[in-house]
Amino acid sequence: MEQRSEMKKVREKTKRKTKEVEEEEQDELFDINNKATEKDEDDDDLSDSEDSQFSGLEDSGSDSEDEESDVEEKSSDDVEEADGSNDDPDKQRQQTKVKNNKNKKGATEGKQEKKGDEYEHDTSDEEDIRNTVGNIPMEWYKDFPHIGYDLDGKKIFKPIRNKDELDEFLDKMENPDYWRTVHDKQTGRDIVLSDEQVDLVNRLQRGQFGDINFNEYQPTVEFFSSDVMIHPVTNRPADKRSFIPSLIEKEKVSKLVHAIKMGWIKPRRVQDDSKERYYDLWANEDSSILAKHRMHLPAPKLRLPGHEESYNPPPEYLFTEEEKALWEQQDPEDRKLPFIPKKFSSLRQVPAYSRFIHEKFERCLDLYLCPRQRKMRVNVNPEDLIPKLPKPKDLQPFPTTQSLVYRGHSSLVRSVSVSPSGQWLASGSDDGSVRFWEVCSSRCMKIVQVGGAVKSVAWNPNPALCLLAVAVDSTVLILSPSLGDKLVISSSERLLAGSQEENPSEGPQPVVWSETEGEELKEGIHLKIQHPKAVHQVTWHAKGDYLASVMPDHSSHLQVFIHQLSRRRSQNPFRKNKGLVQCVAFHPIRPFFFVATQRYVRIYNLVKQEMAKKLQANSKWISNIAVHPGGDHVICGSYDCKLSWFDLDLSTKPYKVLRHHKKAVRSVAFHKGYPLFASASDDGTVIVCHGTVYNDLLQNPLIVPVKVLRGHVITHDLGVLDVTFHPTQPWIFSSGADATVRLFT
Amino acid sequence: MGGTQKKKFERGSATNYITRNRARKKLQLSLPDFRRLCILKGIYPHEPKHKKKVNKGSTAPRTFYLLKDIRFLLHEPIVAKFREYKIFVRKLRKAYGKTEWSAVERLKENKPTYKLDHIIKERYPSFIDALRDIDDALCMCFLFSTFARTGKCHVQTIQLCRRLTVEWMNYVIASRSLRKVFVSIKGMYYQAEVMGQLITWLVPYQFSHDHPTDVDYRVMATFTELYTTLLGFVNFRLYHSLNLVYPPKLDIKAESELKGENEDEYAMDSESYPEKLAALSASLARVVSTAEEEDAQLDAFPTEEEDLEKVEAREKEQMQLETQKKIFEGLKFFLNREVPRESLAFVIRCFGGEVSWDRSVCIGSTYDATDETITHQIVDRPNVDKSYINRYYIQPQWVYDCVNAKVLLPVEDYFLGVTLPPHLSPFVEEKDGDYVPPEKLKIMALQRGEKPAQEQDDDDDDDDDEEEENDEDDDEEDEEQNEDDEDEAEEKNLKEMEKQKSQGKSLQVKVTPGKMKMENPVRLEQEEKAEEKRLAIMMMKKKEKYLYDKIMFGKKRKIREVHFIFFYLNKCPVLRKDNISTYFSLFTRVSVLFFFI
Repeated sequence: MEQRSEMKKVREKTKRKTKEVEEEEQDELFDINNKATEKDEDDDDLSDSEDSQFSGLEDSGSDSEDEESDVEEKSSDDVEEADGSNDDPDKQRQQTKVKNNKNKKGATEGKQEKKGDEYEHDTSDEEDIRNTVGNIPMEWYKDFPHIGYDLDGKKIFKPIRNKDELDEFLDKMENPDYWRTVHDKQTGRDIVLSDEQVDLVNRLQRGQFGDINFNEYQPTVEFFSSDVMIHPVTNRPADKRSFIPSLIEKEKVSKLVHAIKMGWIKPRRVQDDSKERYYDLWANEDSSILAKHRMHLPAPKLRLPGHEESYNPPPEYLFTEEEKALWEQQDPEDRKLPFIPKKFSSLRQVPAYSRFIHEKFERCLDLYLCPRQRKMRVNVNPEDLIPKLPKPKDLQPFPTTQSLVYRGHSSLVRSVSVSPSGQWLASGSDDGSVRFWEVCSSRCMKIVQVGGAVKSVAWNPNPALCLLAVAVDSTVLILSPSLGDKLVISSSERLLAGSQEENPSEGPQPVVWSETEGEELKEGIHLKIQHPKAVHQVTWHAKGDYLASVMPDHSSHLQVFIHQLSRRRSQNPFRKNKGLVQCVAFHPIRPFFFVATQRYVRIYNLVKQEMAKKLQANSKWISNIAVHPGGDHVICGSYDCKLSWFDLDLSTKPYKVLRHHKKAVRSVAFHKGYPLFASASDDGTVIVCHGTVYNDLLQNPLIVPVKVLRGHVITHDLGVLDVTFHPTQPWIFSSGADATVRLFT
Repeated sequence: MGGTQKKKFERGSATNYITRNRARKKLQLSLPDFRRLCILKGIYPHEPKHKKKVNKGSTAPRTFYLLKDIRFLLHEPIVAKFREYKIFVRKLRKAYGKTEWSAVERLKENKPTYKLDHIIKERYPSFIDALRDIDDALCMCFLFSTFARTGKCHVQTIQLCRRLTVEWMNYVIASRSLRKVFVSIKGMYYQAEVMGQLITWLVPYQFSHDHPTDVDYRVMATFTELYTTLLGFVNFRLYHSLNLVYPPKLDIKAESELKGENEDEYAMDSESYPEKLAALSASLARVVSTAEEEDAQLDAFPTEEEDLEKVEAREKEQMQLETQKKIFEGLKFFLNREVPRESLAFVIRCFGGEVSWDRSVCIGSTYDATDETITHQIVDRPNVDKSYINRYYIQPQWVYDCVNAKVLLPVEDYFLGVTLPPHLSPFVEEKDGDYVPPEKLKIMALQRGEKPAQEQDDDDDDDDDEEEENDEDDDEEDEEQNEDDEDEAEEKNLKEMEKQKSQGKSLQVKVTPGKMKMENPVRLEQEEKAEEKRLAIMMMKKKEKYLYDKIMFGKKRKIREVHFIFFYLNKCPVLRKDNISTYFSLFTRVSVLFFFI
């Protein structure tokens, strides 16, 4: 019994020890430790280790005694190593046990050996046999006196230890083996590790193999090597299939052959670099292919760079701040240059151009995506565009310089007229006066106050008379200025007086003729022709007997009156209103009458009393017309800056439209003798043109502008209001809004 | 009413054009294939004259191809190749999917390829046509040859481009056909005259490219494919025209010269030969090895029946060209390592100079920096550590400016540390009334053989003797001298300015009436003429007037710009002191022009 109890005690102890070791394993060494220990054991005793390996698990059928002894066996080793102080009886028991074991082994040798070999290094399902609580946290047993149960179900008690901090400290100070003492949690004991074990731990910590003797750099022996051995590996006779042709291979080959035959598989191509082999491609040039590309438009070459692209451009090509800001603001397509010029002081400082690849790519895109079109570039010398005209010098005489200014009016001068002799000039102004000037001296010979703005004055073209028609408000006055030859004066006065008797008196007339008396007669006003509305223009027939007056009105047909001076008779030639009449004129030779409305010029035959022609002026608003002394040509000025020349023989459309003026054309005039005509405009200029008319019907009139006359000052946006030529000299008179009349010679 | 009603858009221009989508459908090609085909065959859209008619009444923006062009594409053998390639890709994908590696291997070996020879022949029926269109090809090849091997395109393409461009440069050197060089902010422009064609190309600077993401490299690669083929054939023909061996070989003499060095440091044996060719320092081997023959040929040809004047002018031009070709002959250059080697070596060799560089910079250097016979060393740094007496240290711009000016320019303006004169574009040809930079005027004077006053003052000989000891002193003196000169010039200019100004004032005053004045008969005549012109302009037809006004507007704008430049110059006279006199002479000219117009 005693022995038994002792044995139990020892067993407990050993169990705990082993537990401790195992704990250690779990902590850091794990399998390898175990293996190492086994190895150690192997060295000592092979059979022992085998037993210990499979203790308790291996054969569940074996009796407890056996197991116990097994356990003992293993643990004893450990213990022996662990603590040097072992009891004698333990040793004895050991020895006996070994014997026991040996006996037993004899019986189960064959079987065990094999098994032992098989699982020699396998510790995967090894169970702790010292303490059966299993793999649980040991602090669960913290409050109990025991620490678990052994195989028999007996409690394993905790070792009596009450080491406090002090003891621990003392132990640390005094015990030389303290550093190699380990606490086994499973059994609650302290274990002092042996030198070998410490060594093992060290080696493992260094990452070496646990076994000192293990050679990790052992040369490998290849079993299946490239060397052909003399002897076969196996003694097996060769298969039959190695002698007869393979059906599967045959099938495969036949498939390949078929595929090659059918051209599905092509034989391996010979690698050739013919792609980069060049030869004389243009050895025999033939032009037959050229015909194919008749529509070919070669791409334009890239623009060559200018100075601004240089890395070191002249400073004037660099951008100023404003230009730079502008460049950055603009859209890329609006920019004049696609880059900002930069200057570098030396070549080494020039960086790579960041948009290089972009630009090349854009060029590529342009080459194959951009639609091409052949555009004819107008490469015209602008000088060639200017028509070749005869030199103005060759077309002289014409007025060139301003020679006289007739001052005296206080308001704008609407109208001027020259006497047929060319000695006198009459001008009518908005200041309510008509002035008579001597042309050569610019002296004002006479002033007649007419009591209203004078719209128009017209000198009687008959050289045997000296009469002036003046349009003031709604009356037309016939003035006898009594200038010049006495014979002429007397004859004109006689005319005015003589016609008195034939004064018709039939019913109510729209126009009333009346003679003046007293003051007015003294001034020279002889007749008053009272119109129903304001008169804008008066004009004489070439013979000097007939007088036409214009009263523009939208609503009535009473717009034009023709008065016969000798019989003091008036008539309205038109029954219908054909539009706002702007201006009228008599044909100089034949019985035609020109009426200009806003858009058209109508020509009436006065004898047949029908319309002969209707001219389209192609302008918005006609201002004035003038008839060539030959009578076949008409010029027509309009408020939309145009001057149209009509050839009555040719067409009803203008032969030529001249856009010389910048502003509205106010007045146009033909010269009686010279081939000249002039136009006056609101831009303050009078443009004199040469207009030769040929008798040959095939030859077109030659129209050449010869002079731009300036002199009038623009006042209230009005420039020159009227223009008229001298009857004999190449002189021109113009009246303007600046209250002057000017003579250009 | 006889006859059937004619349908719209079934005749005339509507039937001559085809939209892109319809063209694609007709050719049965995918868009990328169609694009590639268009690039290779040189088919491009046409802009019809009456777009609405062609577009069948619609005004939607569409691109139109000529129907004839598309029909022409229909029978192109390369279209079949495209289809073959499509099939190949499909098969390959299938094999990959089935992991049949042997099949993949087999397919890859039989990858369909195509050649573009016939297309080149077709697009450029004659050799001159090809030369005329080689500009873009050269630009593209030079760009691709500078690409890094980063997978933007095939390495083979890059190598091929490099090879072809080197061949081209070697040809230009051998034929001495370079005419103009221009260093711009984008790269180097070169212009060569090959067989009477002016060919301009642009070479980017030797930096790695920052590859943009919005560029389709496939399009560029397709173009390059075509261009390499074209350039290869052109090179072949050009080499044979000069009796050079076509895959270019170095002269035996030159080869032996170069052989002595330790080549292993630079490249492997297989790579060193192309590298040596690319170094541009050695002449090429000829089939018939006579160098003199070329000169004889050149002398022989200018005799044809033409006007004497023309012949004379041409002879003169020829003479000029001959002298230009030889401007660097007899000069020995040494390139420092910081200057662009390839460009300078190319330019110098094109004009007959000898060139070398440091052994460690590149293979192919022929002599060292210590060689006493070197006349010019090209340096692009503020100072040099060791300098030799008998050579000029100049900045690279000198070489380029000399080439453009066709004479050796004075080296003083290009010494180290000197502010360089502006580098002008040789491609600009000024017309009447255009602004001419004063530097150009100066160079033109030099070309005529006139020497500017400043250069005459500087005694080159004296400088050479004492340069080593009192280089800086000399420079200072020079500067002072220059300053004095400039001061004098300035005073003169100021006087002139005053004079001009006073004249200008009198011009303005002249208009006022009442003063008796002697009338300038010349001026009167001018005025008369101006008046005549003005009157004639009044008589112009409406259409012509419009055109005339447009042309004159452009002219006036140009004059305004020139005016602006002068104004700018006037504002900052510090920049260009020497310009004021030219400014005023030109200014008066411009004002007179204004007067007439």
